[in-house]
Amino acid sequence: MATQLLRRRLTQILSHGSPNPISLPRPFSSATDTIRATLFPGDGIGPEIAESVKQVFRTAEVPIEWEEHYVGDQVDPRTQSFLTWESLESVRRNRVGLKGPMATPIGKGHRSLNLTLRKELNLYANVRPCYSLPGYKTRYDDVNLITIRENTEGEYSGLEHQVVRGVVESLKIITRQASLRVAEYAFHYAKTHGRERVSAIHKANIMQKTDGLFLKCCREVAEKYPEITYEEVVIDNCCMMLVKNPALFDVLVMPNLYGDIISDLCAGLIGGLGLTPSCNIGEGGIALAEAVHGSAPDIAGKNMANPTALLLSSVSMLRHLNLHDKADRIQDAILNTIAEGKYRTADLGGTSTTTDFTKAICDHL
Amino acid sequence: MARRSMPILRQLCNFPSSNLTPTRSVTYMPRPGDGAPRAVTLIPGDGIGPLVTGAVEQVMQAMHAPVYFERYDVHGDMDRVPEDVIQSIKKNKVCLKGGLATPMGGGVSSLNVQLRRELDLYASLVNCFNLPGLPTRHQDVDIVVIRENTEGEYSGLEHEVVPGVVESLKLITKFCSERIAKYAFEYAYLNNRKKVTAVHKANIMKLADGLFLESCREVATKYPGIKYNEIIVDNCCMQLVSKPEQFDVMVTPNLYGNLVANTAAGIAGGTGVMPGGNVGADHAVFEQGASAGNVGNEKLLEQKKANPVALLLSSAMMLRHLQFPSFADRLETAVERVILDGKYRTKDLGGSSTTQEVVDAVIAALD
Repeated sequence: MATQLLRRRLTQILSHGSPNPISLPRPFSSATDTIRATLFPGDGIGPEIAESVKQVFRTAEVPIEWEEHYVGDQVDPRTQSFLTWESLESVRRNRVGLKGPMATPIGKGHRSLNLTLRKELNLYANVRPCYSLPGYKTRYDDVNLITIRENTEGEYSGLEHQVVRGVVESLKIITRQASLRVAEYAFHYAKTHGRERVSAIHKANIMQKTDGLFLKCCREVAEKYPEITYEEVVIDNCCMMLVKNPALFDVLVMPNLYGDIISDLCAGLIGGLGLTPSCNIGEGGIALAEAVHGSAPDIAGKNMANPTALLLSSVSMLRHLNLHDKADRIQDAILNTIAEGKYRTADLGGTSTTTDFTKAICDHL
Repeated sequence: MARRSMPILRQLCNFPSSNLTPTRSVTYMPRPGDGAPRAVTLIPGDGIGPLVTGAVEQVMQAMHAPVYFERYDVHGDMDRVPEDVIQSIKKNKVCLKGGLATPMGGGVSSLNVQLRRELDLYASLVNCFNLPGLPTRHQDVDIVVIRENTEGEYSGLEHEVVPGVVESLKLITKFCSERIAKYAFEYAYLNNRKKVTAVHKANIMKLADGLFLESCREVATKYPGIKYNEIIVDNCCMQLVSKPEQFDVMVTPNLYGNLVANTAAGIAGGTGVMPGGNVGADHAVFEQGASAGNVGNEKLLEQKKANPVALLLSSAMMLRHLQFPSFADRLETAVERVILDGKYRTKDLGGSSTTQEVVDAVIAALD
């Protein structure tokens, strides 16, 4: 694994010269140029772990200025949800953001918060890097893969209706445009992060036209990147291979439903949602990194929460901004702290508080 | 079930020189005439199919089991299952089948799916359990995945709306959801299982999976002795890889069932060892548990190293279905003995034996 990381860093350094076709060009050369980023602390344990992130970034001297926005308690008529128009505009302007866990309030008359963000910001790809954390032992030690999931269409289009009593139809929609978009992002990601293989996951032997279209788009994009190996794996084989030998996979690209299931499966392989980073990519280079775990209202305010997921998500946000050296420093600090085992929060089997854990990471920087 | 052979197995481990303390043997009282040979349709299939079905035939012959096979050749590239095959299965009511390959992306619908729909085999069952002696990352796995086999995402109703936009219909009906829920609870009741878990994604697909859940809940009220709970499919996969011992019987719609069955098979030892079958009101087709469409690759075929264990255990399930439980017990004990021994294992289990070597070992282990 160490040689893999080294190889990846070398290819990253070598490919820094190539312009990122998806995100807008930014002057990143001077470290004094601060970047504004939107921060949604979220509910429950959100504010505590967001504070962790801010502290680590301050200690590492990352040139980011946070613009904090909170979820309101009234429905904003312009967005039909609890997120205000100003929050969304802020993300659109800054082009980068970090989101903590948000509990969707129960009730009718408004859209779910995640759905609002996804639709308004056109977040089309969900990227989850899953790698085994050295020092936190699970049954799988050699996981090192990225799942890229198409986030807008597929089975989650929400188009269902009752045909007659007792018969329901649900539509699964696959379009060429969305499939091409996510395939382009997947191959681009593989190239800039030094990955060698992209696997498209599908069930085209049964759903011939829909998944067939997805595969056709992936093949077209694969031809433009001849240095990256491309393969297609049927989803049931993929599930089995993932639980038997996850080292077989590198980058996985898939439509919406399969992506949901496989990315959660991969999160389970490395230790659960509390340790998994996630980043949503939108049109025009918008990146919204998020923590995918819940808001854990039972431990909110008790200084017991594990900030690892949000910290690792903020690292992937930094990578998107091409601040690779800062990202590597912070990631190494987090991995070293967990590997050492002295400071671990309750969910990892330790007894440290959030603040102690954060301080340990800052000391490792 | 196979658990009954465990005490015999345990004694074998403790006393390697067959000096067994006498135990009472298990007897099943047949009706006069039950020993007459039964006809079973055999479909060797594609790829490694003929190899593994050949293995089953050899073992059945060695046991002198009261079954004889009527062989029919069906290949994945035919566009329909031949009529005489369907007639034979309707006559015999039981079929044993190797995998049928499905051409990818072509206009042909999978023959496996066609066969299931034609015979209305609405429940697909995969039993995933740890085999003693086979090292896996997870222990205490004993999961039965019961999957709705006829509708859901596999209805095959797709069309291109405009160039570049394709729609696929997922159908859920109360009729099918109810009968699969009934089968799952009945299975749990008849096999002394304690819990049934329904797998769904009703937070997103509210109407479709909501209907499935409603049917499950209704049936659950009729079996108060069996615990019932529901789990969302992504959480389910995560729990399967971290804490699989919490699951017992799982009932799922079509697509999720495919994924969950393959995941469960993978954590318990791989699709090469998990038995399974499809059953309907009138017929039953037994095949390799999960991933029945996986017919292996050419290398496996050339070297004849396919794993026959899954189909052997499925044929044991078939023998019990035909009400020959003592033969089924013998077969399962022999297979478990061979796996425990560890000398003859195919490549997917970490060994390097050929199919024939495993079959010979099983025949030698029969008592």
